[in-house]
Amino acid sequence: MKFLDEYRDAGLARQLAREIHRLTTKPWTLMEVCGGQTHAIVKFGIDELLPKQITLLHGPGCPVCVTPLEIIDQALDIAARPGVIFTSFGDMLRVPGSITDLLSVKAGGGDVRMIYSPLDAVKLAEQHPAREVVFFGVGFETTAPATAMAVYQAAQKGLKNFSLLVSHVLVPPAMEALLSSSDCRVQGFLAAGHVCAIMGYEEYFPVAQKYHVPIVVTGFEPLDILQGVLMTVQQLETGRAEVENQYSRAVRREGNQPAQSLIKKVFQVVPRKWRGIGEIPNSGLGLAADYAAFDAELKFGVAGRRVEESPDCQSGLVLQGRIKPHECPAFGAKCTPEHPLGATMVSSEGACAAYYRYRRIQPVV
Amino acid sequence: MSELNFNASCPVPISQYPQVLLAHGGGGKMMRQLIGSMFLRAFKNPLLDTQHDAAVAELPGCKIAFTTDSYVVRPLFFPGGDIGSMAVHGTVNDLSMAGARPLYLSSAFIIEEGLPMETLWRVVCSMRDAARRCGVQIITGDTKVVDKGKGDGVFINTAGVGVIEHAQTIAPQSVRAGDAILVSGDVGRHGMAIMAVREGLEFESEIQSDSAPVHEAVLELLRAGIEIHCLRDMTRGGLTSVLNEIAEAVQLTLNVEEKAIPVREDVHAACEILGLDPLQVACEGRFAAFVAAKDAGRALALLRARAGEAALIGHVTGEPSANVFIKSAIGARRILDMSSGEQLPRIC
Repeated sequence: MKFLDEYRDAGLARQLAREIHRLTTKPWTLMEVCGGQTHAIVKFGIDELLPKQITLLHGPGCPVCVTPLEIIDQALDIAARPGVIFTSFGDMLRVPGSITDLLSVKAGGGDVRMIYSPLDAVKLAEQHPAREVVFFGVGFETTAPATAMAVYQAAQKGLKNFSLLVSHVLVPPAMEALLSSSDCRVQGFLAAGHVCAIMGYEEYFPVAQKYHVPIVVTGFEPLDILQGVLMTVQQLETGRAEVENQYSRAVRREGNQPAQSLIKKVFQVVPRKWRGIGEIPNSGLGLAADYAAFDAELKFGVAGRRVEESPDCQSGLVLQGRIKPHECPAFGAKCTPEHPLGATMVSSEGACAAYYRYRRIQPVV
Repeated sequence: MSELNFNASCPVPISQYPQVLLAHGGGGKMMRQLIGSMFLRAFKNPLLDTQHDAAVAELPGCKIAFTTDSYVVRPLFFPGGDIGSMAVHGTVNDLSMAGARPLYLSSAFIIEEGLPMETLWRVVCSMRDAARRCGVQIITGDTKVVDKGKGDGVFINTAGVGVIEHAQTIAPQSVRAGDAILVSGDVGRHGMAIMAVREGLEFESEIQSDSAPVHEAVLELLRAGIEIHCLRDMTRGGLTSVLNEIAEAVQLTLNVEEKAIPVREDVHAACEILGLDPLQVACEGRFAAFVAAKDAGRALALLRARAGEAALIGHVTGEPSANVFIKSAIGARRILDMSSGEQLPRIC
């Protein structure tokens, strides 16, 4: 396919891998931030082409995985109520809350619908004026503009039966939280290309400088990731710590400014709990005061609950890059995609699910 | 008495699934578990245990294939087909997977109150035409009407009988190390055609379902004397489920090449947009064939003459495991696992 196959060329992949081998003289630990990158690395076997000295840690960039249990329980509570149409992106449906998941709520009679765009939820609210339509707004800066547009349009149309259960999160504060922890092993980042397509990469300059860490904005295809690794290793080997852009076909330094201004208009930056990691200051988006009427948490009175994670699930350590998925004792035993203990086993972007799907057994070559 | 109680208890661990979920019908692991722990256990017998698309039974003087399938597609009419033609093709194809010549079908309609007569007539005419093209007759049937809201327009069940006129044992258990794995055409088109219509996804060109009968292709392979070990219809769960089911049945490792698997560009593009894997998407007119290595070239030529995209995608190895490995586009190997339930589109 045009614009895709070019970035999956086996010959070029081997060339890039050779160049990485040639340059690497020391062990380096890199982290790819985004779950989409993790998925591509494991699916295409990109890490197998890299020198043994390079370790790829899988970062916290899977929106499904980091959505806290409390918010999933809120979603389950709201979705089970009569008169509610609860809408969500597909891969949130199977994420376990503390007792059940959205697909089970659906089987029990809840009106849970999978949609592809938040604007579809606004359409549903218009079509069903007697029902309460709720959209589960999950994701990073990448999906935030579409969620913001849904709220903005609902406000323009004066819809009273549309609301948003919001759990949007922001990437740079999470990277800083990782870097500022005393046992951080990460020496270089492949930043999430799609997030940067929206936000640009200005905000990474102070991070790179403060922690002396190279940050390379990287795409999602095999050649993107290999080139991102190459650029990061080049910096590490020469002692540089700069922000570079591998994904220039999609990302501009200033990002997508109309999308940014819509996010600023509808949302405000709030502290947010990340599943498995804990609360990170200024790392989430909540509805701005002008749009509080669309806040499902307030509308349905579900705020303020605390719940405990399964003690067997070590997804927090996985999301922080401290262990690899298969190093968790529950991996593949108590925890499988059919019976996930934590969200990293559910989403196709989750590191545990990617390892389970593609790495459960090492191939005999 | 205690034994009776034991037998009456539900074998599916209800602590995990007190209710049936849609994923139990998704063609993945959850469906396999449900079938294995409930239906196969309750109905246990040697013919059922072969777990083939159609059961093969010996009758005095002949060998027959027998199968059944229910059709619950929404929308009823979709690009490239409709529920009526699909209900004929699907059952004809299941019979073909045993190498049978399809003869007779039954048709049972569960109709939702309020369905326009004209719609039902279009479905019936489409079934009639499809049966004519496949050379089968619909010789018995049943009609039920359910309350409005209790059905989705119309559900159709068809059962089929075919006659087996060859001496080969075409079944998962016949697959051997060294067998070539072929697919009869491009994969994933039916599932994406349905999803595009159902979810209102607008692509530049309409994706047409691959719904079609495959019995002619199979009978031609048999006539040519190809040593066929197993055939399997790539419906729910797509190619991935077929390969994993066969690997599990014979406890051998399967190796396939991603680059060799034919996926049309529009299907590939739609899958990329939604974050789906085309190898897990359903087809309705495509099958995988496991044939003796010596016949692979001839079999491929015969299939290619019917569908240019037919391809040799890999081999069965002597390695005893029940795994499927795929060589990725950039040359690394990984496991090709079947999904647990339905595929869910990714967030971003």
